[in-house]
Amino acid sequence: MNLIQKARMKSPWILHFNAGSCNGCDIEILSCLTPVYDIERFGAVNVGNPKHADVLLVTGPVNRRNERVLRNLYDQMLDPKIVVAVGTCASSGGVFQNCYNCMGGVDKVIPVDVYVPGCAAKPETIIEGLILGLEKLAKMPSKPKKGAQPAEART
Amino acid sequence: MSTPEIAIRLFAAVLLAPIAGMLLVGLDRRISARLQGRVGPPVTQPFYDLVKLLAKQGDTTSRFQTACLALYLASNVVSLAMVFLGQDLLVMLFVVAFGAVAYIVGGFSAKSPYSQLGTQREMLQLLTYEPLLIFLAVGIYLRTGSFLAADVLRLERPLLPELPVFALTLVVVYCIKLRKSPFDIAASAHHGHQEVVRGPLSEVAGPSLALVELAHWYELPLLLSIAALLWATPLWAGVLLGLACLLASIVVDNVAARLTWSWMLRFGWAVAVPASIANLLYLYATRGGGS
Repeated sequence: MNLIQKARMKSPWILHFNAGSCNGCDIEILSCLTPVYDIERFGAVNVGNPKHADVLLVTGPVNRRNERVLRNLYDQMLDPKIVVAVGTCASSGGVFQNCYNCMGGVDKVIPVDVYVPGCAAKPETIIEGLILGLEKLAKMPSKPKKGAQPAEART
Repeated sequence: MSTPEIAIRLFAAVLLAPIAGMLLVGLDRRISARLQGRVGPPVTQPFYDLVKLLAKQGDTTSRFQTACLALYLASNVVSLAMVFLGQDLLVMLFVVAFGAVAYIVGGFSAKSPYSQLGTQREMLQLLTYEPLLIFLAVGIYLRTGSFLAADVLRLERPLLPELPVFALTLVVVYCIKLRKSPFDIAASAHHGHQEVVRGPLSEVAGPSLALVELAHWYELPLLLSIAALLWATPLWAGVLLGLACLLASIVVDNVAARLTWSWMLRFGWAVAVPASIANLLYLYATRGGGS
């Protein structure tokens, strides 16, 4: 593992977006920052600015109102970046599957790297999902591939 | 000063000091975490942050802002080298102010409303801490008869007993310069704090943000060396004084809430500035007795 890969593993800055979640998973994400789990031990911090972030944690099934917000946030993040879908709703739509107003999961809007199951997802699972994502992030090239297109909605 | 000595001092200022600054930034995060009942990141965390930022895709909305941040970094390096070489304190403070102004001009060049708002608050911060630093230089002048840092090092007695107020105003300057509560109104030191989406740095990302991180590594030793001037004989006591001021600002950061810019301005101009002037008047009244 070279220095850049190690640095990416050890310094994930996280942007958290609630795409219509019930707040259950969001509370679990925030509890990762508290003294019990303290993910800042691994260098992870919760940033408020997509331009500073490496990891996008999304909760909720994504509805037609906030899908463009989600895509906008994703496009503002600099490469290399990963997306972690936290919770059942974000992974597949959960109980909102096939609702007329719901997209049914984050991967219908932007590419997802890691799916974290659970309703609500446990902090331990979220941290494990984050680490899995970071292993992928570390191996990504620094420069984006030529002709790479921004995320398009998949139907 | 002979040429090899100048080279050694420049080497210390440009290469060794930022390494110490990096470790201090890491220690700051770790102490803050401990105060909050957490374990905190490793002390070398700022180094990994810097490498990661440098390896990100270089994309900025304003190239001009990146140039301004490079100037900000350069002014921090030059001012630190000036202190290490025993140069004029007033000129050094003007170089620091030049860097702060470059940072502000860069913040205004980004069109984001967060950047605009944060930069206006940054200007108010400049208005609060700048007079305190100038008064400190004047206080040192009143005792030594010179603005040269080298002349402070030649003193036989430490300056602090005659300039006690300035150790306290330095804690205020530390809090503002290091963007700590209650003064972190423009952009917080902690990446986790999200006031106005990190203000002047809203549109700064990747390698440009790395410039700011690197500038902070120079800023901490610079602030420590300003405190060290208050107890320059022996010098290690001065460094301890600087570390004590730093620790005080970390504690203040963790016990205080973020307050408003108007409170900061009132505190600066109604408490810290009059206290500094009172100390200067005392020095002026007792002038000629000591030196």
